[in-house]
Amino acid sequence: MTTTTAPATTGITNTLTASRLPKWATWAILGGCLAVAAGVFAIVRLSTGGEYSIVGVVFFGTVLFNIMLFVLSYLVEGGRQARNRLVTSLVVTAFLIALVPLLSLVWTVLGNGIARFDPAFFSQSMRNVVGEGGGALHAITGTLLITGMATIISVPVGLLTAVYLVEYGQGVLARAITFFVDVMTGIPSIVAGLFAFAFFSLITGDPGIRFGFGGAIALSLLMTPVVVRSSEEMLKIVPNELREAAYALGVPKWLTILKVVIPTSIAGITTGVTLAIARVIGETAPLLLIAGFTSSMNYDLFNNRIMTLPVFVYTQYATPGTDVQTYLDRAWAAALTLVLIVMALNLVARLIARFFSPKLGR
Amino acid sequence: MTTATPRAKVRPADRIFSGSTLFAGVLILLALAAVALFLIVQSIPALVADPAELEGSPTSFWAYVAPLAFGTVWAAALALLIAFPLSIGIALFISHYAPRRIAQGLGYIIDLLAAVPSVVFGLWGIKVLAPFMTPFYDWLVGNFGWFPLFAPPVSGTGRTVLTVAIVLAVMIIPIITALSREIFLQTPRLHEEAALALGATRFEMIQMAVLPFGRAGIVSAAMLGLGRALGETMVVAMVLSPAVVINFVLTSSTNPSTIAGNIALKFPDAFGVGVNALVATGLILFIITLVINSIARFIVNRRKAFSGAN
Repeated sequence: MTTTTAPATTGITNTLTASRLPKWATWAILGGCLAVAAGVFAIVRLSTGGEYSIVGVVFFGTVLFNIMLFVLSYLVEGGRQARNRLVTSLVVTAFLIALVPLLSLVWTVLGNGIARFDPAFFSQSMRNVVGEGGGALHAITGTLLITGMATIISVPVGLLTAVYLVEYGQGVLARAITFFVDVMTGIPSIVAGLFAFAFFSLITGDPGIRFGFGGAIALSLLMTPVVVRSSEEMLKIVPNELREAAYALGVPKWLTILKVVIPTSIAGITTGVTLAIARVIGETAPLLLIAGFTSSMNYDLFNNRIMTLPVFVYTQYATPGTDVQTYLDRAWAAALTLVLIVMALNLVARLIARFFSPKLGR
Repeated sequence: MTTATPRAKVRPADRIFSGSTLFAGVLILLALAAVALFLIVQSIPALVADPAELEGSPTSFWAYVAPLAFGTVWAAALALLIAFPLSIGIALFISHYAPRRIAQGLGYIIDLLAAVPSVVFGLWGIKVLAPFMTPFYDWLVGNFGWFPLFAPPVSGTGRTVLTVAIVLAVMIIPIITALSREIFLQTPRLHEEAALALGATRFEMIQMAVLPFGRAGIVSAAMLGLGRALGETMVVAMVLSPAVVINFVLTSSTNPSTIAGNIALKFPDAFGVGVNALVATGLILFIITLVINSIARFIVNRRKAFSGAN
């Protein structure tokens, strides 16, 4: 085939026949730009004697890379391909930017938390401890008690609501419940804490009430909508043939739901509940308001203040004694414990979903 | 004569079971109503009290709330401004750019950000991000001090509203990303392939097929993220150095506090009408987030195909 168009003099007239940048060009431009940025920063540092900033090199290298890629691609491939390349590199950059805080967070929590991540931390409370030593046993038991109670409240309510929405609900009421459950997922956690406080201080007449059960109520207010949403999704994907087969055999509806629908989706429901627990176990603000903080063990959810792990992190940071570093070390160790618990719950949820969900494919 | 259609026999157990599911559903609605009711009841003493009894002796209750409400909206808006473009980019990367095989794994990595407890973000913000940003703020105020947003004096600790906004942005990125990603994946395959077949580049395909399809969903994803940022407590309580002011300066040490952060800081030591005043600010926060979330959900629900919370 012969070229019929005249050689382009101003820009590129036909992007279909335009030449393309070679595949290695992107990486070459990236490397070149980073090298240039590194060189410029080195010269600036030699002349002014400032700090050598790797962050600055990466930042200006990336900006330079995007400009160079666009310009080169514009000259060789034309405007459309140039825009495409620019957007591709911006999209990848956005993803990499989001990884930076995650890696930094994991790194600092591990690095700082490991100092006090010792047996004493898990076997002692903070009673009569000023300065070194002490641990978070009281906070860990408090967290387990309050989160456990919140789970006991939220799972039946959430699961039954999901059953109602999928199996029974019709009309305005079902639509209203769906809508407000969605809206409730967005309630700020501190508002849930304020509600629990307002409710129980009005009922008991104690204007400064602090106790664990209130914290469980606040957490279940945050947890129930999540349980409803995830269970609802799981119940919806149970094939209708299973229900109809049960009805055809004369099984009543409630038994069909209990013996066929829920067992089929139990893996997904368990995953959803586990993720919901992982979501509320790190909540700080509501527990700070209604469960309060203490340095002693307390196994009683219905009386007196009770410490929890997230509040432990906050109080150790916010009210350090004379030796600030030991308090910070405890805060980081508790943060590490909390992150490990949450990650473990997430992992368990994914594993349940992978291994125990029914194989629907034939 | 019409023959009666056979009806399934309704057993007592059926009634009990369906009744209890209905009860659970109604209980959730009642809980939401109770939240509003008890917050209102506990707020009334602060609304009718003599303003001089409130903290800082403002001229009226609204003068007490105004700086807090401003700070809440300002910090959340900044966070959304940072998080929104990044989230759309990440969602596009996972749905349309990353290799199919690893895309889901990359999605999980972003979801991990959502799993980190807020108090850990607060600790990270104050101990890692704030010191890291301080030299940058020095440079910014030194060179751009004439610009109103960076007016001197600079904060020496990095505990500014901009630092808070960055941490909040990191926290809402997974929320906006998760919903937008779901919406982008639901773009009709045929639209995408039609665009590509007509010779569109990948970006032009996204411009023509993906973004118009997902516009409503993107808007509501952003609003859900905004709602989360408005109510975020611990990061603000731990990182910000608060003051009772209304200003837009990003880099100073006198920042407007937020409603949620203020409650967390003042509540443990509050007493008397001070508690009621804090509950009243919480009520205002509740109303703001309720309105924003309702609008977002309304937009999502008009397109029944996707829902955000899973």
